[in-house]
Amino acid sequence: MSAVPEASRPAAAGPVMASSRPLVRLSGVSKTFSNGTIALKDMTLDVGQGEFISLLGPSGCGKSTALRIIAGLGETSSGSLDWPTSEHNAVGQPEPEISFVFQEPTLMPWATVFENVWLPLRLKGASRKAADEPVMEALSMVGLDQFRDAYPRELSGGMKMRVSIARALVTRPKLLLMDEPFAALDEITRFKLNNDLLRLWERFGWTVLFVTHSVYESVYLSSRIVVMAARPGRVVSDLRIDAPYPRDEDFRTSPVYNDYCRQASAALHAAMDARDHL
Amino acid sequence: MTLLDPAKAGSAPGPKSGPMSGPKTGAVLASADTPPLPVRSDDLAERLLRLAIPALMLGLLVVVWAWYVAAYQVPHYILPSPARVAQSLVNDWPILSAALLVTLKITFMALGLALIGGVGLAILMTQSRWVELAIYPYAVILQVTPIVAIAPLILIYAPTTQTALLICAFIVAFFPVLSNTTQGLKSTDHNLLNLFEMYGASRWQTLRYLKLPAALPYFLAGLKIAGGLALIAAVVAEFAAGSAGAQSGLAYRLLESQFRLNIPRLFAALLLLSLTGVVIFALTSAISHLLLRRWHESAIRREN
Repeated sequence: MSAVPEASRPAAAGPVMASSRPLVRLSGVSKTFSNGTIALKDMTLDVGQGEFISLLGPSGCGKSTALRIIAGLGETSSGSLDWPTSEHNAVGQPEPEISFVFQEPTLMPWATVFENVWLPLRLKGASRKAADEPVMEALSMVGLDQFRDAYPRELSGGMKMRVSIARALVTRPKLLLMDEPFAALDEITRFKLNNDLLRLWERFGWTVLFVTHSVYESVYLSSRIVVMAARPGRVVSDLRIDAPYPRDEDFRTSPVYNDYCRQASAALHAAMDARDHL
Repeated sequence: MTLLDPAKAGSAPGPKSGPMSGPKTGAVLASADTPPLPVRSDDLAERLLRLAIPALMLGLLVVVWAWYVAAYQVPHYILPSPARVAQSLVNDWPILSAALLVTLKITFMALGLALIGGVGLAILMTQSRWVELAIYPYAVILQVTPIVAIAPLILIYAPTTQTALLICAFIVAFFPVLSNTTQGLKSTDHNLLNLFEMYGASRWQTLRYLKLPAALPYFLAGLKIAGGLALIAAVVAEFAAGSAGAQSGLAYRLLESQFRLNIPRLFAALLLLSLTGVVIFALTSAISHLLLRRWHESAIRREN
């Protein structure tokens, strides 16, 4: 856990686009649940470093399952998951630096904002004092440094989600996995968090895998949209969003944005039709 | 990154659940400048009222009681006047206080053992399915068998009467702690469990930082029940077991007073028992409030 700010990296130019070696590679990954449901069938995906990828699809298309498999929550039924650039531990297992943001804020109600963000470091043995600097830095990234001693119940829905994001950022992950993090928020708060997330991503250049069922959100945020279909869950199309960053509210009303929304929407509809033909 | 929600902490207490948090945030944004917790001017008045009304009620009851005894000339071995009870409390204080100490000792020792045993066993049972399968059914059997029915057996096996009373009180107080804590340990939020797993938390860390705090409200509810039950069981066991001499508790003094038709002392003993029960309840409630007041819905007053 280095506490050195990464702001020094040349970030203003925007995210680093996919390099030759992907951060994570899914090859023919399938997942069948014990009740026989095929949640994911033969998914192949290269997640390049610095990409902002949205997994877009209807319910039951396996997008959350894919995210959980990458997070190490649950085994694959077949196929493989490789981390070409991550360090490997003594027994040869990759130790990817990942963080997960759930759809619910998933905060411990008995702990303060500070203690909630401290958790990932605390589990690695960092004392309160040693964690103070990284935790406060993560909190100021999401604009909540004034609320370190508040309890989750005292915060609004959007602020709770910010705490959840700060907790994910405090370990300085290379890959941020987000499972419909803003789905339960109102539109005003969601737009604001979209912008904040984009700005942080541009600044720190990490890789984001973002699960959503909103076409508009995925186009606004992503450099690439992977559209998935349900029953069985699989990838049906892969759409690059070549609009430049930084993106702001003007982008939301631009013709380019509309055009990409139309494309993503069409891909999504094709994905849903594909299911009907099975 | 300066765009934080202009809502103040504390201005939006109340149910926190998912689907509601959307519209709620909007409402919070609109009322940005309201102070965190509105100070109520009638707060003090209400608190006074909450003390005054029960006190007034008690006074009224004592007056009616005194009047009834005097007006109908009820003999003191049927119903003593409040003054006689108070007099007995003072005159018999050496005997009664010694008995009270014995009862208190048994109650609190039983409660302490029940807490250690109940929480310890609950942790063991949730860590290992084998332990749960092996032990839980017998804990239930022990609980559902009336303690007065087991007491004679315990009296035979226990080395002293005091130990027998302690074992009886322990058996009764133990179960609510065990079952509540077990329920609490099993009710941990699954998303938080996933989070801990993802961050590579050890079993011990998961227990210490997640499961035990999550189980705390359940445990405290069990503690409140166990506190009352420990006293009841200490009294019931003494009724069943009997005892004599310096080691007698309040229950024995109560029976003894009845045999000797010393009804004022019986009332005095009864009063002390009730008071003890009230104090235990107040203590456990205060502990519960202190530990939960910042975060648990049960300890927070609804603002609307």
